Amino acid sequence: MGRITLRNVTKGFGEVTVIPSLDLEIDDGEFVVFVGPSGCGKSTLLRLIAGLEDASGGQILIDGADATRVPPARRQLAMVFQSYALYPHMTVRNNIAFPLRMAGVDPATAARKVEAAARVLNLTAYLDRRPGQLSGGQRQRVAIGRAIVREPKAFLFDEPLSNLDAALRGAMRLEITELHQSLRTTMVYVTHDQVEAMTMADTIVVLNAGRIEQVGSPLDLYNRPANVFVAGFIGSPRMNLIGGADAAAMGAATIGVRPEHIDIAADGPWRGQVTVAERLGADTFLHVAVEGIGPMTVRAGGGHGATHGDTIGLTPQAGRIHRFGQDGRAL
Amino acid sequence: MARAVSPQRKAAMTALAWGVALLIFFPILWMVLTSFKTEATAVAQPPQWLFFDWTVENYVTVQAQRDYFGFFLNSVIIAVGSTALGLLVAVPAAWSMAFVPGARTRDLLMWMLSTKMMPAVAVLVPIYLIFVRLGLLDTRIGLVVVLMLINLPIIVWMLYTYFREIPAEILEAARMDGATLRSEILYVLTPMAVPGIASTVLLNIILAWNEAFWTITLTTVDAAPLTKFISSFSSPQGLFYAKLSAASTMAIAPILIMGWFSQKQLVRGLTFGAVK
Amino acid sequence: MSTQASRRAARWMLSPAVVLLLVWMIVPLALTLWFSFQRYNLLAPERAGFVWFRNYTTFLDSPAFWLAILNTLILVVGVLAITVIGGILIALLIDQPIWGQGPVRILVIAPFFVMPPVAALIWKNMLMNPSNGLFASAFRALGLQPFDFLGEAPLFSIILIVAWQWLPFATLILLTALQSLSSEQLEAAEMDGAPALRRFWHIMLPHLARAITVVVLIQTIFLLGILVEILVTTNGGPGSQSTTLTFLVYKEAILDSDVGTAAAGGVVAVILANIVAVFLMRAIGKNLDA
Repeated sequence: MGRITLRNVTKGFGEVTVIPSLDLEIDDGEFVVFVGPSGCGKSTLLRLIAGLEDASGGQILIDGADATRVPPARRQLAMVFQSYALYPHMTVRNNIAFPLRMAGVDPATAARKVEAAARVLNLTAYLDRRPGQLSGGQRQRVAIGRAIVREPKAFLFDEPLSNLDAALRGAMRLEITELHQSLRTTMVYVTHDQVEAMTMADTIVVLNAGRIEQVGSPLDLYNRPANVFVAGFIGSPRMNLIGGADAAAMGAATIGVRPEHIDIAADGPWRGQVTVAERLGADTFLHVAVEGIGPMTVRAGGGHGATHGDTIGLTPQAGRIHRFGQDGRAL
Repeated sequence: MARAVSPQRKAAMTALAWGVALLIFFPILWMVLTSFKTEATAVAQPPQWLFFDWTVENYVTVQAQRDYFGFFLNSVIIAVGSTALGLLVAVPAAWSMAFVPGARTRDLLMWMLSTKMMPAVAVLVPIYLIFVRLGLLDTRIGLVVVLMLINLPIIVWMLYTYFREIPAEILEAARMDGATLRSEILYVLTPMAVPGIASTVLLNIILAWNEAFWTITLTTVDAAPLTKFISSFSSPQGLFYAKLSAASTMAIAPILIMGWFSQKQLVRGLTFGAVK
Repeated sequence: MSTQASRRAARWMLSPAVVLLLVWMIVPLALTLWFSFQRYNLLAPERAGFVWFRNYTTFLDSPAFWLAILNTLILVVGVLAITVIGGILIALLIDQPIWGQGPVRILVIAPFFVMPPVAALIWKNMLMNPSNGLFASAFRALGLQPFDFLGEAPLFSIILIVAWQWLPFATLILLTALQSLSSEQLEAAEMDGAPALRRFWHIMLPHLARAITVVVLIQTIFLLGILVEILVTTNGGPGSQSTTLTFLVYKEAILDSDVGTAAAGGVVAVILANIVAVFLMRAIGKNLDA
């Protein structure tokens, strides 16, 4: 019902190639997150699926049918924009009803569907207000309502939470996840925030410069990053990546170990001075200038007392060291 | 600046500013005052300022003697007509330049603006002869077309700037919601652009109403708007001033009022974005 | 967003405007050029024929032509000087803390919206008229002979009239630019110890430079085409003292029905305007994407 296939899709803007050649399978009902740094092409990819941009080459199939030349209005997909893109001159009710109106649904049925969507999203009290009178979170829900009411084959989300403050972001993250669990429709979600990716996705697609670095479940990417890029991108704080002699000693060009997989041991092989200690309450992140290696980050317990200037020793946990070859790929 | 200024300085500046403002406005004021005088009072020496016998007879006479309303109507038809026609052509053009810009959109816009810089006098001869040949001389429709053409660049430019302020994402959302191009323009773009379109209309009506080259060279009697009518009184006949003042006051009143509301539009429309 | 479909739609939507303006630009200009190479007087059509550059050489040899060019220059420069300097001063004044800035603006803006024939006639009949005008009364009150403005100093009088009409435009533009100057810049300068005149010269004036350029160039375009103010007041006279290039062409075309000569004059006007346009395009083009 909501299967999306990308075959050899390329995209260029004039001289610049943004997406060299990309293949991807998205199964029906999956929650797929496109994640990557700025400029990696994730939003472009989403817009290609939506039909808001023409692919320079390749095919986009929706449920097996070639949709590459089909205009966005007819792909039966719904999109939630980063800025919500609500119609400012229409009430919430009319905003949500707009796609039904465009589809020629009779007013009675349309009204029913709008009320239903409003109920699901707690918008019933706001139906007659204008977007300008709503808060950020409410506007977002209206945008989602407008998407739901079309019963699309898939939902496309373009960084929908970026404009919200941290507290609201956490709450909306849950709401969207719950929405997916109840609707079971395919969702393609773009974000630059790897926390959102990890917490919401069934499958994560890590993109870099238009190329797919790795596709896998969140824990897959966390435990078995396919290359240095994914290793450094997934996980916060960043995985410590070490080159040089220490890496060569383990038969790799680069080795990596996550801050949460390093123990503080007075007799550890790595010694250094603490430069900054970040106390978050539940955890403490120590930034250490390790002799012979450079800056590393270690996670310690919330009450750990080390401060700027203290010398400590570090030991990586066995089996938690990732090894990467010259080409950056995991060994 | 939110700092307090000494009341003396504020008073001095206020006096100076009001003084200058009244000086600049004075000719208009004098004309309006004159329109309420009798012809004799109008040319009396020394000049009568405020304490004369006010009368509205001039306003009545102007209409009775000269079918003032006919000229007024022509001005209205020409101003409104050229604006409406201009909108019809300009809205799609501005849409495409604002929302589907190409590599040469900017050059195209510049070229359009450059057509406004063509001196009217350079094409006076052929336009006049063409009008004679096509029987368009002294017709309202002919004037509507010409005024539309000379103001089209400004209408396109202004609509372009207003359309650009509409977030493209909202139109994309409409497309994702299944809207055809027609629905998108009709139900989403136009309502959001209404203030911008209104501003453009306002400015254009003002420009067309006050246009004093083509309205004078291409009309004689039938299609003559107020500009032509007033210019026909260029010979100095002293017994004339009060009625002329009444006619002039009525001619400029609507535009003065519109102008007071359209200062921002003026800056936007006539400086082509170089001043914000 | 641009897909093939939307690009195609865009081309269709653009074409009416482009075609209309293209035709409007090319056809009349081409005809003017064609006419300019002919000797063609509507009153004596049987003597029409191609004389190629004779019209142009006649122009270049005629003192009336050069006088018209000179008058045009004087008119434009004179009005620019008054409006730019006056505009800056008045904009500075209005920008001060005063009571009733709104009404003051309204009064100052008003002349721009008065249609040119009315403006010209107000000045001609009610102010400058040597028998009945206010200026005459003022002169008499001072014990002087009234001065026949339009008769003795026609070009100067017209400059006055046109400057009165365009002063509001310059003021409005400059005021807008002035108010867009962040007060923080000025406050920083003040804290750095700069006195008022220095602040004006080093901060305000450079900020206004762009606005001044725009005012100068846009006004010049419009000023080159002034017709009614001359037609209604002096009719180009006395003699040719207040005849500008535009008026000269108008006279040739409409009053003398001399199509050929008028067309040649028109071509010269185009060349003049193009020179100005080049500069204007450069100034505006820089700001189009702002």
